[in-house]
Order: sequence, then structure tokens, then C-alpha cells
Amino acid sequence: MPTSNSIFNKKVRPLDAIAHIVIYLFASVSIFLLAGIVSYVAYRGLSSINWSFLTTVPSALKGTFGIAGNIVNTLYIIIITLLIAVPFGVGAAIYLNEYAKPGKMVQLIEFTTETLAGIPSIVFGLFGYVFFGITLNLGYSILTGSLTLVLMVLPLITRNTQEALKTVPSSYRSGALGIGATKWYMIRTILLPSAMPGIITGIILSIGRIVGESAALLFTAGSGRLLPKVGEYGEGLFQKVLQPGGTLTIELYLSMEKAQYDVAFGIAFVLLSIVLGINLLTKFLSRKFDVNRQS
Amino acid sequence: MIKDKIITKGLNLHYGTNHALKDVDMSIKEKAITAFIGPSGCGKSTFLKTLNRMNDLVPGVVIEGSVILDGENIYDPRVDTTLLRKKIGMVFQQPNPFPMSIYDNVAYGPRIHGIKSKAKLDEIVEQSLIGAALFDEVKDRLKKSALGLSGGQQQRLCIARALAVEPEVLLMDEPTSALDPISTLKIEDLMSELKDKYTVAIVTHNMQQAARISDYTAFFLVGEVVEFAATDTLFTRPVDKRTEDYITGRFG
Repeated sequence: MPTSNSIFNKKVRPLDAIAHIVIYLFASVSIFLLAGIVSYVAYRGLSSINWSFLTTVPSALKGTFGIAGNIVNTLYIIIITLLIAVPFGVGAAIYLNEYAKPGKMVQLIEFTTETLAGIPSIVFGLFGYVFFGITLNLGYSILTGSLTLVLMVLPLITRNTQEALKTVPSSYRSGALGIGATKWYMIRTILLPSAMPGIITGIILSIGRIVGESAALLFTAGSGRLLPKVGEYGEGLFQKVLQPGGTLTIELYLSMEKAQYDVAFGIAFVLLSIVLGINLLTKFLSRKFDVNRQS
Repeated sequence: MIKDKIITKGLNLHYGTNHALKDVDMSIKEKAITAFIGPSGCGKSTFLKTLNRMNDLVPGVVIEGSVILDGENIYDPRVDTTLLRKKIGMVFQQPNPFPMSIYDNVAYGPRIHGIKSKAKLDEIVEQSLIGAALFDEVKDRLKKSALGLSGGQQQRLCIARALAVEPEVLLMDEPTSALDPISTLKIEDLMSELKDKYTVAIVTHNMQQAARISDYTAFFLVGEVVEFAATDTLFTRPVDKRTEDYITGRFG
């Protein structure tokens, strides 16, 4: 029999036990919600997905109603948006972290970028339509849509790159400069490789935002469903940039409007697959580029 | 007569309102080890950093006076800091290998200065690692990340990295303060060998270390050089009362 001074007097602590159960419960609910949504979308969506759905465009003549055009448009918009936003975003982050003198100006820029991230997307849509579409006369086009989205994802890329740059030890900087590296050489060879995982995180978040966007695209990129007419030498691939093109999300919105729920679920499933695929790819890339692994 | 490699004249450094170095006149002898000792905050590290202009990176620093390297003032506006830092290399308190392979760490400096040939780089990397007494320990894993090395190995890698650009002067800012006694001993042995080819200036908190390895010692106190002499003289027959108090452990 343990004495009163012994450490063997193990007690049941009811509050701990309850907290344990409640926390598990909360965790399970969020997992089941995700699993539930994904499986319901898959269940409803898979029945309307077939080869022709994925590879044709809507045509009254041929009687097809596929989403190939929307898939291509989505990829176009992702690529063009990132091609513009990544250099600007990473460049801005490098400026803020490595060149600008810390102070009021940097704080103001950081505050502005954060606010930019919180603006409702329809406001970007309005601005993009009026400024890029009408004032710059780009009309309803993939370019107008991409430029609008650039404004939206710029803060994501800038902030993530900046956070990554902040975690690079300053001893790397002095080490490189101390053996005669110029500032740009140091940034190129030490800072950017070290910040790569953060830059990739910003890109993943941006892709998520681009793929999920509808309000900002409806009046900028429009809702075209046609595939680019590619000539023998690839001409037409570029013209497509100046033509309207609806992404999968826009098409999903339009099919819901027409109460075509089977088509909508089919598109939703394709969207989820694309997002999952891109996330896995970027995870793989960020592991590959992680310079801080010790092997 | 031993030649002076670096001469400072009337060197003053202000950091904001803090007068961190006061009229420092010193001559650092060629191919010898000069140690800077003194209590924390006495300016010894700051002084070391003025010798290859690393203080330029700190905002709000104002430097007056001159630092003459082989007859040229390193604060002259015509100075190219890349060329200066090729001549005067630096090893820091915390080992700071870059997050890349051992090979790429050592080749980093030569690549800055435009060496591209694989054969030439291979040779420099090997020679520098031999010079830093690290080659035998890492020769089979040159392509592995430098971050996997032990602290002592990392510091010798940083020395190899500094040697790879063939400097004439090596500045060391408390290079062993983050290391265990065995690694410290290895670095101290290494420094004694390095002075055959290089001029070495070292900041150290450890008076025994200064006494063991250096040829000349300067004692700093609140931004001033109190006493500067041959190491034997300074430690056995100090002229200034404050030096004596410090080396006998009465403060510091």
C-alpha cells in the first residue's frame, strides 16, 4: 500500500479527461467535414465525367458539352498570372527586406500590401474591368483577367517571400559579403535559394486563389469556352491570351445558374483534382529545393 | 625589422551617440598573430570589423581616421570592397557555413572572383581544406551539406572558405568561443601554422588563448587601446595599471 508521500497515488483528473475527448471530437469533425465534402463531390461528379467531358468543348453541331476549353483557360490564367506576379512579388520582398531602410516607408508598404490582401475580390473585378478592360482597351480577355489576379496574389507572394527572407540567418549575409560577394551575388546565391520554400508556399496559395476565383474574373476574362486555334507553328497560342476565356470556376458558376448540377459536380471534381495535383507537385518541389536539409 | 601590414591612424567610430572607438593608432605586423583582448563592449570586435569594412553594413555608423593596408587607405572612396575583402578575409564568432555542400562553400569565394574551371576549383577546394586541417575528415563527403558537420568542423570549413580566395590577412572574431575545448585546440594549432603565410588578427575573450598563440597583444577598454605590446611583455610586465588589473583577473 503506497504511503501518503509516495508518487504511486495516481489520480484520475476528470477535467483533463474531458478536455482530451472534446479536443479529439473537434479534430474529428473537421476531418470528417473535409472527407465528406470531397467524397460527395467525387460521388456526384464522377458520374458526369467521361473522356468526352474532359476533351471536348460545347458544340451544338457535334452535340458535345465538354470542359476542355475551361481547363485550358484555367491553366493559361494560372501561368500568365504567376509569370507576372512572381517576379514582381519576389522583387518587392527583396527590396523591402534587403534594400529599404527600415522605417515609416517600409511599414506603409507592408500595411498597404496586407490591406490589398483583404479587399473583396469583386472590387478587384470592378477595377480590372474598368482599368485593364476599358481604359487599356484589353477587353474581355485572359490577359485582363490575369492582370486583375496579379493584383490579388501579389500580397501573398510578397508576404511569404518576405517571411522566408526574414528567417535566413544574418550570418549568411555577413559571411558572403565578408569574402567579397556583392550584394546581388549574395542575394542570388544564398538568400533566394534559402527562401525558396517560402516562395513556393506563396505560389501554392496564389494558385489556390486563382483557381478558386470567380467574382474577379467574370467581368475581366469573361466566359469563353473555346480552345485556342493553334496553327502549324504554334501561332494562335499567343492570340488566345487576348481572347476571352472562362476558367473552370466560372463555368461551374454558370452551370449552377442553369441548374445543371451534374455538370457542376463534374467540374467541381476536376477542380479539386487540379488543386490537389498542384499542391502535391509544389510540396515535392519545395522539398527538392530545401537547401537546409542536412544530407 | 618586421613589416607593418595594416596601420590605423586616429581611428574613431561613432555608432549613433555611442563613441565606440577613440583615436586608435595601431600597427598590425605582417605574418604574425595580433590578439585584441578586453572586457565585453570594449570595442575590440568593432575595431576588427573596421579592418575590412564590415561595419559599412551597419546603419548609422560613422568612421573617421584611416586604415592603411600596404600603403593604401581602405576608406578611400576609390576602394572596391570586393577586392578589399579578397585581401582581408574574415572568420566569424558563430560558424556560418552556407546551406550548400562542403565543396560549394569553399568554392564560393573563388567563384565570386570569376574562377570557373572545374579542375582549378577542385584544386583550390582541396588545398584550402588541407590548409584548414579539415580535408581528411571530409574528403569522402565533399558533396554533402555543410550543415551536417560538427561545430568545430564548421568553423574550420569557414576558415577554409576564407583561405580559398588567397587572402593576405585573416581576421578572426572570437573564432573558438562557440566551440568545445578539443575543437578550440585544433583551431589554435591551425592558427600557429597559418601565420607562416598570413597576417592574422584575432579577437578573443580568453586571455590564456591570447597568451598561448599571439605574438602581439592589444588591450582595449571602453573604446581605447590602453596598451599594445609584444605578448610576452604585455602579460609579464604590463606598463599600465589597468592592463595589470585586467590580466590578473581583478575585473573583466
